[in-house]
Amino acid sequence: MINLKINGISVQAEAGTTLLEAARFYGLEIPTLCHLEGLSPYGACRLCVVEIGEESRSRLASSCTYPAEEGLKVRTASERVIKARKMILELLLASCPQSKVIQDLASKYGIRRQRFRQEHEDCILCGLCVRMCKEQMSAQAIGFHGRGNKRGISTPFDLKSEVCRLCGGCIHVCPACQLRCTYNQPEEAICGGCANISPPCLEKEKFHDMMCYMDPCVACEIKNEK
Amino acid sequence: MKTLIDTDGKRLEKLADKCHGKKDALISLLQDIQLENNWLSQQVLRGVAEKLNIPLTEVYGVATFFKAFSLKPRGRHIVTACVGTACHVRGAPRLVDELRNILKIAPGETTPDKIFTLETVNCLGACALGPVVVIDGVYHGQATRSKVRMLIEEIRKLETRKRKTNHDKAKKQPSS
Repeated sequence: MINLKINGISVQAEAGTTLLEAARFYGLEIPTLCHLEGLSPYGACRLCVVEIGEESRSRLASSCTYPAEEGLKVRTASERVIKARKMILELLLASCPQSKVIQDLASKYGIRRQRFRQEHEDCILCGLCVRMCKEQMSAQAIGFHGRGNKRGISTPFDLKSEVCRLCGGCIHVCPACQLRCTYNQPEEAICGGCANISPPCLEKEKFHDMMCYMDPCVACEIKNEK
Repeated sequence: MKTLIDTDGKRLEKLADKCHGKKDALISLLQDIQLENNWLSQQVLRGVAEKLNIPLTEVYGVATFFKAFSLKPRGRHIVTACVGTACHVRGAPRLVDELRNILKIAPGETTPDKIFTLETVNCLGACALGPVVVIDGVYHGQATRSKVRMLIEEIRKLETRKRKTNHDKAKKQPSS
């Protein structure tokens, strides 16, 4: 067993476990997008950043790829970590503003505004689908192609793959595919909740993790008037 | 005539045999093919995946990752114009326009007769020579429109002569 300190608490972890696994075992929450149990760690989304080391020599590391070390001091929610995580979320939100998973996470971290231009991509290149296809479905029907801003995920030559069995595993794990209803204004509304029949903002307790970009929000105004 | 790996499966086999079926030889094998064919066709990539027993997605990923590999057919002569800052200031855009006019293709395209491919590059690290035009790996510094025109004409003449001799040979062969 390895002894380390997470958020000042002495904890033990089995050799070979990552910081993310250790922290989650003790009930500490670390958000992730590209991590899934059963798939190899990849470290693409960087959301799982934690601060390791002490004071002046501390640095940020992705906890999903960092192995637990003897005597390591880890902070999972320090000011620096939250700041970095918020920035990452804002950038992710800018590239995939329609994704429900990213919207909810952004809301959780108190991001109410978007500073960056929305790109409306349909992929954040987290590689979950590629790993799912390779490691769990043993198909390798999809993979990365290109590099830099041309990097993407597709079947070879963008043709229908001979090895794909249409299992749908790639779509099941995708954090960007789950789109939120945007009513009829995909460019304007991000959650579109107010346009739905039962607006989520009216039931704040139930949907407090959701975010609403409508300002002023019609549903919220009605609620206040009541 | 060069052996085109597409049309001759044996050539690919010979190249692949050099790698002894090692998976890490993928890049060098692709380089060999690129050197011979000037591009990688879909058929070739499928063949490589089969020969080295690598999933096609991985081969495709590697082939699209590196700029040295082209998935589009390219000409026998590659004309590269540098459009980096230094070359730009010294008139690279005018050179590119001239090349467009002579070859009648845009950067990134290949002439229909498969002789020339025009490309632009953002910097070659030879800024003191700017504007630089590279033709078949030979750097031509302080290039001017007339210089470039001359070089292209030369290659064109060479190609027509080559085609003529090939044509003559083909004519002679059946009689001899």
